[in-house]
Amino acid sequence: MRSTFINTLTKMARQDKELYLITGDLGFSVFEGFQKEFGERFINAGISEANMIGTAAGLAMVGKRVFVYSIIPFLTMRCFEQIRNDLCYQNLNVCLVGVGGGLSYGSSGATHHAIEDISIMRSLPNMKVICPGDPFEVQRAVEQVISLSGPSYIRLSKNGEPRLHSDDADFKIGKAIKMMEGRDISIIATGNMLEEAIEVSRELIGIGYGVKLISMHTIKPIDEQIIKECIHETRAIFTIEEHSIIGGLGGAVSEVVAGNITKPFIFKPFGIPDVYADSAGSSSYFRKKYGINRDGVLKSIIETMKSV
Amino acid sequence: MRDREIEFLKNKASELRKAVVTMAHKSGSSHVASALSMMDILTVLYFKILNIAPETAKSPLRDKFILSKGHGASGLYAVLAERGFFDKGILDSYCRDGSALSGHPKKDSLPGIECSTGSLGHGLSMGCGIALGDKHSNINARTVVLMGDGECNEGSVWESAMFAAQKRLNNLIAVIDNNKLQGLGKVDEITALEPIGEKWKAFGWNVIEIDGHNVSEIYDALITAYGSLDFPTAIIARTIKGRGVSFMENRLEWHYRSTNEEQFQRALKELD
Repeated sequence: MRSTFINTLTKMARQDKELYLITGDLGFSVFEGFQKEFGERFINAGISEANMIGTAAGLAMVGKRVFVYSIIPFLTMRCFEQIRNDLCYQNLNVCLVGVGGGLSYGSSGATHHAIEDISIMRSLPNMKVICPGDPFEVQRAVEQVISLSGPSYIRLSKNGEPRLHSDDADFKIGKAIKMMEGRDISIIATGNMLEEAIEVSRELIGIGYGVKLISMHTIKPIDEQIIKECIHETRAIFTIEEHSIIGGLGGAVSEVVAGNITKPFIFKPFGIPDVYADSAGSSSYFRKKYGINRDGVLKSIIETMKSV
Repeated sequence: MRDREIEFLKNKASELRKAVVTMAHKSGSSHVASALSMMDILTVLYFKILNIAPETAKSPLRDKFILSKGHGASGLYAVLAERGFFDKGILDSYCRDGSALSGHPKKDSLPGIECSTGSLGHGLSMGCGIALGDKHSNINARTVVLMGDGECNEGSVWESAMFAAQKRLNNLIAVIDNNKLQGLGKVDEITALEPIGEKWKAFGWNVIEIDGHNVSEIYDALITAYGSLDFPTAIIARTIKGRGVSFMENRLEWHYRSTNEEQFQRALKELD
């Protein structure tokens, strides 16, 4: 995802002379080409996130279009009030691009895990929150975000994620992508859990369930229409995300569900429990531990469907 | 400056102080002393220095002014109204329900208000971005950020200070309203800031220390700062909190209190 991001941004910067990239001293072996090609439009703000966001705001005030890159906790939490006051309150065209979504930096420890970011960012007025699920969604998100007015946040994982969509997939910020159609179960996934969600859906189809699979790449503004469709056309919604169970995709979807159900309905969110990691471990280790890997989710869905 | 200009600026500053005292009194709001300490600086900026006028309020070529000590908003509103950015009558709505003039400035709520501020330690970073952007666009404008001394407690101020010097933002000027009082007491008894000038020098800035109530000194310092060819300039303006109203001067409580009728009349009389 990181390579797709910088490749896409590089192409855009060739066309758009007002496009800037600021990093908080991160991106070794990622940004060297961009820096060489665009010189002063690449800014290393140093290890100083508060000033980095304020500077991005100032640049946007004089007409620059600014992308800001860092590891998610440093990008979204260290300088939260700068994001709130300088970017969101003033509604400026700055896109935050965070790397390390969920447990991507699993073995680095919980300082580097991003499990609260979606919840925090989506609570901010004017902020858009986008969690691409594969390199295709990253490319489209970066291309489209520039034409939106106001602040936005794109949540990446790391690198090497498989491509999950075909070229003709219809990506539009704010509009989910329906990847499978079925009439029993709706599975709504975001970000780096899309791959697991596809596998879970295939397994469920294999044992006879009809599955509507949704890639909810945009958490805010959430695609209410597709959630309503899931409510009307299926019996259950399961959300899957690598984020805290509080306030992320599950929270956003549940807000729509709660306002729209007209019949007995199953809703179950899969996410990271309300705890910090207490050991080292890879993302697959933690997914298994928290029951949000393919097998854990599959087992839980089957049990839930059988119990009603 | 000629004597006549000095006299004009002094009178203007007194008029603006009256407007500030009136706004605080009518709305029953706080921070009157914070605005009073910076009125001479604002007067010189808006009447002699800044290349901003109502008709060019949106021109990319204008100078940009950020009130980083946003709690001094009434002072900014008073000087903008006096310069004709909006009708003076609007000042009566300060801090009232539905008013464009809240206790801290909101960007573009009225012409001439560049930035939303109110949380300390934000203005200089935004100033860095504006100054850097202008430089890259070959716009020969200046960005002036007015900050409090207590505000320099904030770590983000020093992040910005390092960044601005690194980028040689000679088009950026920080004026520090050094009135020596902050939220709960004296700046140097809370987290001592002195020697302020030495700190800014050590961070790579040009430093000018002045009497922040002497309009000639303010003017000369700003002219020097405007001419900087290398680094950003910090002007340390030694001021008195509550300046111009004897019973407010150097008194912490006027960061919070508003005047009763008798105090209000007395304040207006002293400012005449």
